[in-house]
Amino acid sequence: MRFRIVAPLAAALLLCAPLHPAWAVDPARMADPALQARYEVLIHELRCVQCENNSLADSDADIAADVRRQIRTMLIGGKSDAEIKGYLVSRYSEFILFRPEYSWRNAWLWALPVVLLLIGFCIAVRVIRQRATLVDDDDDGDVSRS
Amino acid sequence: MSPRFLVPLGVFIALVVVLAVGINHSHEVGVLQSPLVGHQIPDWELPVLTDPAKTFGSRELKGQWYVLNYWGAWCYSCRVEHSTLLQAQRQARVQLIGVDWVADNPDENAAALEWLARLGNPYRQVVTDRDGRTAIDLGVAQAPESFLVNPQGVIVYKEPGIITPEIWRREFLSRLPPQATAPAASPGAS
Repeated sequence: MRFRIVAPLAAALLLCAPLHPAWAVDPARMADPALQARYEVLIHELRCVQCENNSLADSDADIAADVRRQIRTMLIGGKSDAEIKGYLVSRYSEFILFRPEYSWRNAWLWALPVVLLLIGFCIAVRVIRQRATLVDDDDDGDVSRS
Repeated sequence: MSPRFLVPLGVFIALVVVLAVGINHSHEVGVLQSPLVGHQIPDWELPVLTDPAKTFGSRELKGQWYVLNYWGAWCYSCRVEHSTLLQAQRQARVQLIGVDWVADNPDENAAALEWLARLGNPYRQVVTDRDGRTAIDLGVAQAPESFLVNPQGVIVYKEPGIITPEIWRREFLSRLPPQATAPAASPGAS
């Protein structure tokens, strides 16, 4: 009974799914599909400088629209992805990249999670070993008492 | 009393230090440090607000100290900042150049002129950034933002927000040479 209502609803929702990109903030499309693909990647990897936790692709701030236009202009002008990122980093600092560069300056940033994981692993091994011996002692005690 | 007793204490002290440093720097959260400070300002040239047929830019300002102030009539924080700019203009230590940032305000030109007529004009010259390309070239993220530029064209300081009287004294006036005065309005201006 209920299924009869749910199924058409689900079907209707599924039909809407392909429309989703049309709802995105940025309606601009580039003529060349290869450029459009690079453009899509870039605007998802770069931060909106005003709203900070949105990507350029997600933000409807004016400055984000301006930066997207600048990226399109540079793509059409034959600039590489690295050149475009380099230009924006030189203006807005590395903050604009969601994924920090692999550089010596950022080495601690990339190494820290691994180091912390190793420390955690060492602590875990020690604790587990201790517990293991403790449990043995308790068992022995229980057995002798009963 | 084994030294193990000291471990939680050490952890606690380390935590206090980390949190204290974090709180001390909390006002910097979300503020972009401009990589352009200490470097030559990218060349800019923009149409004059009152006469868009003419342009004005960094070339005309070579050899002079100036403050480049991004603002817009749509920007509430700029309204807050305005009285400080008027004060700064009366002090006449350094010339203020305004960039009216159109963003997506369709009536920005008229609104900017009305703003200057009603609230007073602290600027030696006001130019218009229509498509935001110069804003991006200067690393401007929001309004207001201001740059202090020296006669060699080097950005000496960037204020990424509202200039308060205190910031004006501490960050702008302190960087100017003691004898600096703003040039009288040039014949080409406004």
